Amino acid sequence: MALNAGSADPPQQVELGALRRRLVVESLAITLSAAAFAVVYGLAARSAGFSLVEALAMSVFVLAGASQFAAVGLIAGGVAWPAVVLLTFLLNARHLLYSAALAPWFRGRSIPYRAASAHVLVDETFALGLAHFRRVGRFDGPGYWIAAALVCVPWIGATALGFLGGQALPDPEALGLDVVFPAAMAGLAVALVAGRRELAAALAGVLIGVAAALLTQPAVGIVAGGLLGPLVGFLVPDAAHQGAETERIRAGDVAEMLPEIAEPPAERLL
Amino acid sequence: MSTDLVWLALLMGAVTYPSRALPLLMPGVERLPRWVLDYLRLVGPAVLAALAAVNVMVASGTDGRASLHVGVEWLAVLLCVAVVAWRRNLLLGILAAVLLTAAARAIGLAALP
Repeated sequence: MALNAGSADPPQQVELGALRRRLVVESLAITLSAAAFAVVYGLAARSAGFSLVEALAMSVFVLAGASQFAAVGLIAGGVAWPAVVLLTFLLNARHLLYSAALAPWFRGRSIPYRAASAHVLVDETFALGLAHFRRVGRFDGPGYWIAAALVCVPWIGATALGFLGGQALPDPEALGLDVVFPAAMAGLAVALVAGRRELAAALAGVLIGVAAALLTQPAVGIVAGGLLGPLVGFLVPDAAHQGAETERIRAGDVAEMLPEIAEPPAERLL
Repeated sequence: MSTDLVWLALLMGAVTYPSRALPLLMPGVERLPRWVLDYLRLVGPAVLAALAAVNVMVASGTDGRASLHVGVEWLAVLLCVAVVAWRRNLLLGILAAVLLTAAARAIGLAALP
């Protein structure tokens, strides 16, 4: 009976389970990287005079590595709180882009659900979640929370580990773990490239982002690349989306558009 | 045990949360115009590519000024991109990038002078 029940699962459920397992596998290296750098953060926070509760509060309430590291340095340097808060706002402004890009996928979800999902929307959750939604072809709440848990829980737990015993652990950079984050982001960007438009947007994001970062600040470069890269993508004809597009614009219904957003088909992705 | 900085953490969280939540909570986000959806579809690859590139190509000095960083990390990320494009396997790509970086650093070839 049990075997029969298992084999009677609808094909979509079987495929969804496989895609969630794939999400977990893809998250493994990112989880390891996040944990390794949370250890370093915990150790740095302790060195800067934070208590364990204070170090953990940053990881729970801010949940953003770059701004947490910056805060440790600024606090250790005696910088006033308003300046720390302002820098945090600027460093984390890129999350606006993530939230906007994911918003159409959250169609039909309740406000409390969206509000809770927003708190765990970090770089890695965005990248893993968006790639997963596109593979599935629709929103998958458990998939989103799996991605969030595999990033955020290790980040918070390893903060305590680093605070309490970070001196005994090897330097993540010596092991090459610092390259996991940019490599994962670049790899997941490849997964989102379905045609010339996405490719143009990604390449423009690189060029604009690096140029703006060198002229101003890294955080500004990331936001500039993310905002302006898509405009360059619009300059490239997108043959795949011509044809039925006009009719769907008239319909104006996201429900009809989501299959278009979900392109490319799963086999073309990671 | 000091808890003063918990208040700072709350303030930092308070200025971070709106950027994460506002578009998600925006009324009418379900019925955006087609061109906005097309734009948002391109934000993903653009912002992730920018994030990766800035992470490995731009270094922040102690004075806060940004400078171009040239190192094995460029090759590592490009290797990951190539592996993902070829094999469609992110974990394999990341593993290749980490091994290249660790090996280069072990033999002292991590960064150009």
